[in-house]
Amino acid sequence: MNLVDHALYALIAGGALLALVRLARGPSLLDRVVATDTLLVIISAGLAVHAALTQDPTVVPVLVVVALLAFVGSVSVARYIGGMLLRSGTGDGRDPGLPVAAEERENRS
Amino acid sequence: MTAWDDVVAYSCLLAGAALCLTAGLGLVRFPDVLSRMHAGTKPQVLGVLLVMVGAAIRLDGWANAWMLLLVAAFQLLTAPVSAQMISRVAYRRRHVRRDLLLVDEFGGAGHQDVRHHGDEPGDAPPEQPGPGQPSS
Repeated sequence: MNLVDHALYALIAGGALLALVRLARGPSLLDRVVATDTLLVIISAGLAVHAALTQDPTVVPVLVVVALLAFVGSVSVARYIGGMLLRSGTGDGRDPGLPVAAEERENRS
Repeated sequence: MTAWDDVVAYSCLLAGAALCLTAGLGLVRFPDVLSRMHAGTKPQVLGVLLVMVGAAIRLDGWANAWMLLLVAAFQLLTAPVSAQMISRVAYRRRHVRRDLLLVDEFGGAGHQDVRHHGDEPGDAPPEQPGPGQPSS
């Protein structure tokens, strides 16, 4: 089974390295968000594989934290870029527009 | 019996790790944000599920199994939410290669930003500039 262990680690490391390549090269911010999300998922998969191979359940709570962190990170960056959105100019309610706080600030000024 | 357990667990782990590798390959090879996200969400759902099943078989004890099940359920709940937010922002900020789309139901005006500055996609072909495009 030793060969299978090395194969598992090699597959996960290859995926993480390719995600890092996209994280470094990604032309836009959203590409980096997608790459970061995927990289955190690959990291949690690697932790689970390590826990399964060594039969050591110490890192299992870390998996919950990493999963939470991936979701919160990608959603907050997506909200941040969405807050940078300008008005689309239709005004028919189909566009989400600015967040509520920014709308109020803009109406007041 | 234990040997069969190990065989099942190792095949689940191998399938999940192979999905991680395909996610990396797709992230590097695919042309725009939506297709990269299509590649990147493969290990987010199926890969994590397979790896968690394999780890739950290998780690005996119900406490570990419940915590791994929690991680898998959390991934299933949160992956669509973040994917929807990222893809909406990507469409509105013109990070989508619209010449590669087969069906574009938001093809009309009003679903993309009229003006945009900063954070431009580097590999997309230039589109028709909107009427409010700053002339810089």
